[in-house]
Amino acid sequence: MAATTIGVPQNEMPLGHELRGRVGMWCLIAAESAIFSIFVVAYLYYAGKSLSGPTPREVLEIPIFISIALFSSSFTIVRAERAIERGNAKLFAGWWFATIALGAFFVLGTAREWYTLIYEHGLTISSSLFGTTFYSLVGLHLSHVLIGLTGLSIVMVFALFGKVKQEHAERIGVFALYWHFVDAVWVVVLTVVYVIAR
Amino acid sequence: MLDGDSISKPVFVPRSETMTRPLFDRVHEWIVTVDHKKLGLMYIGYGILFLVIAGLEATAMRIQLAVPNNHFVSPQTFNQLFTMHGTTMVFLVGMPLLFGFANYFVPLMIGARDMAFPRLNAWSFWMSALGGIILYFSFIGGGGLYGAGAAPDVGWFAYAPLTAKAFSPGHSTDYWTIGLLVSGFGSIGTALNIVTTVLCMRCPGMTLNRMPLFVWLNMVMAAMVLIVISPLTAAQIMLLIDRYLGGHFFDTQAGGSAVIWMHFFWIFGHPEVYVLIIPGFAIASEIIPVFSRKPIFGYAIMVAATLSIGFLSLGVWAHHMFTIGMTSYSNAFFTATTMAIGVPTGIKIFNWLGTMWGGKLRFTVPMMFCVAFLFQFLIAGLTGIMLSASPFDWQLGNSYFVVAHFHYVLIGGLVFTIFAALYYWFPKVSGRMFNETLGKWHFWLFLIGFHLTFDFMHIPGVLGMPRRIYTYEAGRGWEVWNLIISIGVIFQIAGILCWVVNFLWSYFKGKPAGNDPWDAWTLEWSTSSPPPDYNFATIPVVRSRRPLWDLKHPEDPDWKYE
Repeated sequence: MAATTIGVPQNEMPLGHELRGRVGMWCLIAAESAIFSIFVVAYLYYAGKSLSGPTPREVLEIPIFISIALFSSSFTIVRAERAIERGNAKLFAGWWFATIALGAFFVLGTAREWYTLIYEHGLTISSSLFGTTFYSLVGLHLSHVLIGLTGLSIVMVFALFGKVKQEHAERIGVFALYWHFVDAVWVVVLTVVYVIAR
Repeated sequence: MLDGDSISKPVFVPRSETMTRPLFDRVHEWIVTVDHKKLGLMYIGYGILFLVIAGLEATAMRIQLAVPNNHFVSPQTFNQLFTMHGTTMVFLVGMPLLFGFANYFVPLMIGARDMAFPRLNAWSFWMSALGGIILYFSFIGGGGLYGAGAAPDVGWFAYAPLTAKAFSPGHSTDYWTIGLLVSGFGSIGTALNIVTTVLCMRCPGMTLNRMPLFVWLNMVMAAMVLIVISPLTAAQIMLLIDRYLGGHFFDTQAGGSAVIWMHFFWIFGHPEVYVLIIPGFAIASEIIPVFSRKPIFGYAIMVAATLSIGFLSLGVWAHHMFTIGMTSYSNAFFTATTMAIGVPTGIKIFNWLGTMWGGKLRFTVPMMFCVAFLFQFLIAGLTGIMLSASPFDWQLGNSYFVVAHFHYVLIGGLVFTIFAALYYWFPKVSGRMFNETLGKWHFWLFLIGFHLTFDFMHIPGVLGMPRRIYTYEAGRGWEVWNLIISIGVIFQIAGILCWVVNFLWSYFKGKPAGNDPWDAWTLEWSTSSPPPDYNFATIPVVRSRRPLWDLKHPEDPDWKYE
């Protein structure tokens, strides 16, 4: 057409379609954050309102080791991302496995904590209001860790068969976002459950 | 550049051609589809199906309340009717219809070939469908208080402790919880998809500042869905923990709180109303300019007003709880925020009026529905501001005045714009024009029915008639009003029948519509009717807010002024 001399500015699209995975994951993280917020609000609102024991101060200990493990897994998954971006599949598989191991250590540590709480202190989800809110909030986070571990393991299987290549770096990055979110939520849960409302 | 080549030539596929393929093939194609247009139509069809079901539930309630001391249904059934009516209308009618329109038209309007995640789109639809099936299966499998098979009867907001095991044995409440939980996952999937599509899939030149308002408003709606459906999901998980794992979230005997359920529910529930009405605004913002022959008045202000409505709506929830008893600080806060939301809403009304002002108005059926929407939504907003004043609410909370108010919003506002949209885009989707005369019959019958029912519903509310009562005695001064309200339903049903007949007839026999029957300006009208699977043969390039205006008026294009 005649009037094409006035050019269309080409750089008006900061988000191309190749970024849709990340945008979608951020949307999911927004929705998940809202769910966690409600559980955190419930936990704080009900803190100290339990009509029967045991109290958090009597039974809860800050889970230092498993927290360090989970936070470290954010570091290892970043290393894995960097490796696959450069096309180093072997290194990727190594760091990816380390991430799974750290996540699994977190799950086992929580299982041990819950075992002690249930069998030594008699704290169950139905025994008191504290039990209900504690197992719900920590359990909601734990379920997200388990979903993340499932996803990580599926990618691990593909990696072992040599199917994860450089061109999958973007998708790996999107999945890593979820894992970072699971870690970030643990910062909040740890602070709320084991520090503020103790 | 959007030029003549990128516009599809009118393709008219005779209906007989598509009909000759085996039925199994056609059904299979729809079930496995990931096409945004097919999924959009499935959402709309699903919404209309449940609109009929929930409408019949409302009709049964109005027969029951038409005269005093009536026993058309049992009290237990009445409780189930209002629970299912409310739940269905919000979750299985409103949201699917709006998601359907967004699915079908957002990619077309931004010049994309599909949504960002087509398979997630299909997954979301089928999750929503599963949620609806679970909810309605309760009629067979609920096993509530009344023997085998019982629908939920705890009200659409399912206040604790009504939902506790002690008061709601059996599984009827769980069908409500799980049905909505599942359809909620579907809603989050679709909302995520819409936001990502709008942000990442726009055609060259389609900047945020040039997007049609329909796209803008649907993106705001989708972003709100992400953060407002989640609190309901969280609360329902807590309810399931209480009911099945012996938890104590809402159990006052163990230190829990029934009021916290109300907070959690309304943190979802009030923004949800805006999730429903903002797409209504989106539809009006497309139709009113086209039939006023003027661009939308105050584009940027419309976007800003929508964003501020979305933002403010997150801080008004407790105006549903004035009658529960809160501190005076809470009352004052929620009164103030609720009144504040009237400001951006008022701006929108004036912008639509400003669009019509001095325009060359064409009163086609979609435009008539939009004008009625403007008038009715204004009244709905005004009664809303009345109810936002907490002392006034103490008098009229939980009365028929409230019922009249929110039906004015959701029918007078939302359903009217949905009908406008159905008429406006019917030629695009079906390739045929509808019958204008029958459409006008639909409009006038439905308008009369609506006003008979919901104008007069305010009065028994002021006279003290509480909502959700099963029946009432004669001599309270409510009889005449209730009879008029029920008579209005007959007109509404007659209007709906005109619409069904019109669309069925027009789908097969209507005259071909061509690409652009309304002389409109957004990109969906540049494709054939119905659009091809790939939407656009070449991806369009736009330079202004009205790409088709530029194309039709090369001597005076919009981009010279933007």
